[in-house]
Amino acid sequence: MTTQFRESIETALHNPNLTGALGRFSEAYRISRAKAYEGIDFEAVRDQIVEIKGSASSNFEALAEQFKASAEARGAKVFRTADPAQVKQYILALAKEKGVERVVKSKSMASEEIHLNKAFEQAGIEVDETDLGEWIIQLAHQTPSHMVMPAIHMTKEEVTEVFNQEVEAGQAPDIPKLVKFARAKLRPKFLQADMGITGANIAVAETGSLVIVTNEGNARLVTTLPKIHVAIVGIEKLVALVKDIQPILTALPRSATGQLLTSYVSIISGPVPNTDGSPKELHIILMDNHRSDMAKDPVFKEALQCIRCATCLNVCPVFRLVGGHVFGKTYTGGIGTILTAWFDELKKSEDIQGLCIQCGSCVPLCPGKIDIPRLILELRRRLVVENGQSLAMKAIFSVVNNRRLFHSMLRMASVTQKPFKQGRFIRHLPLFLSDMTDFRSLPAVAAVPLRDTIKNIPQPKGGEKIAFFAGCLIDFCYPEMGESLVNILNKAGIEVLFPEGQTCCGAPARYNGAYEVAAQNAQDNIKALLETEVSYVVSACPTCTVALKYDFLDTFKSVGVTDAMEAAKELSAKTIDFSTLIKKLVDEGRLTFKEGEELGKITYHDSCHLKRTLKASEEPRELLKQAGHEIAEMYECDTCCGMAGSYSLKLPEISAPILERKLKNIKDTGASKVVMDCPGCVMQIRGGLDKDGSPIHAEHTVERLADRFK
Amino acid sequence: MNSHFEAFKTRAEAVSAEVHRFTGKEEALAFILAFLKEAGVSDAPECGAVWSAGPFLEGARSEELRAKVPGLTFEVTREGSAAAKVGISQMDWAIAGTGTLVQDATGVEKRLVSTLPPIHVALIGADRILEDMGGVLERLRPDQLNYISFITGPSRTADIERVLTIGVHGPGRLIIVVVDAFEEVTA
Ligand code: SF4
Ligand code: SF4
Repeated sequence: MTTQFRESIETALHNPNLTGALGRFSEAYRISRAKAYEGIDFEAVRDQIVEIKGSASSNFEALAEQFKASAEARGAKVFRTADPAQVKQYILALAKEKGVERVVKSKSMASEEIHLNKAFEQAGIEVDETDLGEWIIQLAHQTPSHMVMPAIHMTKEEVTEVFNQEVEAGQAPDIPKLVKFARAKLRPKFLQADMGITGANIAVAETGSLVIVTNEGNARLVTTLPKIHVAIVGIEKLVALVKDIQPILTALPRSATGQLLTSYVSIISGPVPNTDGSPKELHIILMDNHRSDMAKDPVFKEALQCIRCATCLNVCPVFRLVGGHVFGKTYTGGIGTILTAWFDELKKSEDIQGLCIQCGSCVPLCPGKIDIPRLILELRRRLVVENGQSLAMKAIFSVVNNRRLFHSMLRMASVTQKPFKQGRFIRHLPLFLSDMTDFRSLPAVAAVPLRDTIKNIPQPKGGEKIAFFAGCLIDFCYPEMGESLVNILNKAGIEVLFPEGQTCCGAPARYNGAYEVAAQNAQDNIKALLETEVSYVVSACPTCTVALKYDFLDTFKSVGVTDAMEAAKELSAKTIDFSTLIKKLVDEGRLTFKEGEELGKITYHDSCHLKRTLKASEEPRELLKQAGHEIAEMYECDTCCGMAGSYSLKLPEISAPILERKLKNIKDTGASKVVMDCPGCVMQIRGGLDKDGSPIHAEHTVERLADRFK
Repeated sequence: MNSHFEAFKTRAEAVSAEVHRFTGKEEALAFILAFLKEAGVSDAPECGAVWSAGPFLEGARSEELRAKVPGLTFEVTREGSAAAKVGISQMDWAIAGTGTLVQDATGVEKRLVSTLPPIHVALIGADRILEDMGGVLERLRPDQLNYISFITGPSRTADIERVLTIGVHGPGRLIIVVVDAFEEVTA
C-alpha cells in the first residue's frame, strides 16, 4: 500500500463533513430506494437488464456498426474510436473548424474518463460544466467523489466559499440562494455557447437514438441552444432495441436517486432545427477505450451490465466512511475500482481493490446483477499473478500451505502469547502489531485445540455420521463452540467426525489473491472431508462454509485445476451451515427444544457470508426464538462488522469505525446479548465490546443453543 | 373519462407538479388566462409569456388571446423565451405510472418554451394518459422523431448537501392543464 493512499484514507476518515454526509445519505438512501421500487418486481427488471446488456456486450461490434448506420442515415456524424486521444483530437479539430470559443457540457463520465476539459483549456476554449454538482467540482478544481452526486463531499459553506472565490464574492451559505445564483450565472453560458457536449445513458442501435437523463434540465439546454451537439458515448451504453429503454429507465432513476423517473429524459435520434432554422450539427463519438477487451474477458464481461446508478457506492460500508476521492479521479466505489483497472490500467487498482471488505451488500441491489466482490477478488488474483505476493504475505502463506507447520505454530502461539494474555483475551501486542488490538481485544489461542478436545467427547456410534469442518478460529481459539456443536448433534443421535487432515479453508489466501495457495488448501480439505462416508459436512463458520460450498470450485476454475472438480462438487453438495442444519433437524423432529423457557431479549447480527451468500437469515432467528428468546432487531442488522479476515489487519483504520457503528447499533437495542453465526464476527464484536468495557455478551448461535435441547 | 387520470395526478403532484383538470377547452382557456394574470404576465420587460401553439389553439383564438393578455406572444424565439416568465405548450402523451408528460419536441420552439422560462404550463388531453413508457414509445417513435422529451415535474437538483431544490436550469413550476374534451377542440 502506498503512503499516499494511506494518507488519502486518513484524510477522508478525519473529514467529519464527508463521513457525516455520506453516513446520513446511506441511511436515507435505502428507504427512498425501497419506496421507489414499491409495486415493481426488481428481480424481473434486473433479469431484463442482464439480458439486454449482456447480449449487447456480446455484440458490441455489430451494434456499434448498426448504430452508426442508423444515426448517419438520420443525418448525424458518427465517429468510432478505441483511443481516448482520438476522441479529444476529433472534438478539438471540429471546434477549430467551426470557430468554437465556448463550450457547455452536461454530465458525461466518458468525458471525464479522458480528461476532456483539460484538453479544451489547453486549446484556449472556454468550457463550463452545467450540472450543478459538476460545476462546483470544476470551480473547486476537484474531481467528482460520487458517480451520481459529484459534490456530495462538500458542505454548503464550502460551496459558498468556492462561489465567492471563483465566481462572485458576497454569496451566503443558503442552498436555495446558491442554486439560484448558479442558474443566473450559467444561463448566459448556455445562450452563448457554440458547442454543447453530453454523454448518453443509453444508445439504441436500431434507431441511432441517444437517451439522456437529467434532473436539472441542463442537458435539454445543452442540446437545444448551441448549434453543435457532440455526444461522447462509451460503447457499453449500446442496446439493440427501442424496447430495451424501458427496463433500464425503470431501474436507473429508482436505484440512483429513489425517483420513479428523472425530471427529464430526452431521446435524440437525429439533428433538430436550431433557433435560427439551420439544422443542428450532431456528432456522436462511440468510444471503446478497453470496453471490448473487457467484453472478451469471461470474468469481467459482466461489469459491462452496469447502468451507473451508484447503488454499490450508496450501500457500501467502506464507501460511506471514506467517500469517493480515495478511489481515484473518475469512477468511484466498488464498480469504480473495476472500471479503473480496465479503462486506466490494472496497476491503478492495486491499492483501491483492497478497500472492498467483501461484505456483498451491493450484490443483491445491483440492477446489473454484477458480483462486484467476486470481480474485485479476481483483480486481486491477477495483481498477484502479475506482481507477485508481498514478502510478508508470502511468508504467511508458505506456513498456511503446510498444515503441520501451520498447526504447530498455532499451538506454539498459545505458549508465546502468555505475556500478553489476560483471561481469554490478548490485551496488548508489541509495536506494529498493536494496531490489531487498538480497537478491540483479540481472543487468546486456546491451550488445547478442538482437534484434541473433541476426542474426549463420548459420542453415539453406529447411526448417522456428519463430518465437522471447524475452521481455524473454532479449532484454535474457540474450541468450546465446536464442543457445543458436537453436543447438539449428539442429541439428534448423530456422530460427529473430525477429519484430522482438515486445514485452513483457504479463504485468507483467496481473499488476498493467493489462489494457488487457496487451491492447495482446497485439495487437502476435499481429501480429508470426503475420506469417510457422511451425510453432511457441517461448519459453524459461514466463511468456511462458503469456501467449501462455492469457493473451492471457483478457485479450481480460476487456476485451471480440472481433475478435482468432481470431488469439489460432491463436497459442495454435502456442505451445510450450522443453523440451516439444526433448523432442518428441528423441523424433522429429531431435535426438540426444552419447553417453557423464557430466556429474555437478545439481538442478532447477520454475518455477511451467511446472509448474502448462503442466504440463511431466518433459520438462526427461528431457532433462537423457539429456544425461548425474544429478538430485538438492531438497526442495520446485516451490515458488516468490519472483521472480514485479514481486512481488519490491513486496514484497521476502516475496520474500527465500521465496528464502532455496529457496537452502537447493538447497544441501542438494550439487549444483554448479541448472537451471530460466525466466529470471525464473534472475535470482532466480542473484542470490541470487551475493549469498551460493555457488559453485553457476544456469542455464537451454537453456544446460545447448547443445553437448549432435550 | 380516463381511468389513468388519478394515478397520473398523484404521481405528478408527488414530484411538485401542479395538476388542474377541466371538462372543456373554454374552461381550460379561462384558467390559463387567469393564471397568466395572476403570474403577473404583462408587456413589461422579463414579464412576457411565450406559447408554442399546437392543435389546441387552432381556430382564430390566438388573436383573441393576444388582445386579452398583453405580453403574450405566439412567436417563439430564443431571446423571447429567455426573457419570458411563462412558457406554454401542448404535450402529446402522458404516463400515469410516473406522472410524466411526453412530447415530440423536434421543433425547437417547443423546447424553448419548456426549458427557458421559470414557469411552464403544459396542456394535455385526458385521453392521452397511458399506463407506462412502453405504450408511449409505440406512439412517439424514435425511428420517426428526432427529439422526444419526457418531463416529470419541475427542474430539480440535490447537488448541494442533498437538499432538494426546485428550479435549477429548467422551470421551477410545472402547471399541468388536463382537458377532458380535447379532441373535440381540434376537430
Ligand atoms: S455496478 Fe451495479 S450498483 Fe454499481 S453502479 Fe453499476 S449497476 Fe449500479
Ligand atoms: S462487497 Fe461490500 S465492501 Fe465490497 S464493494 Fe460491495 S458493498 Fe462495498
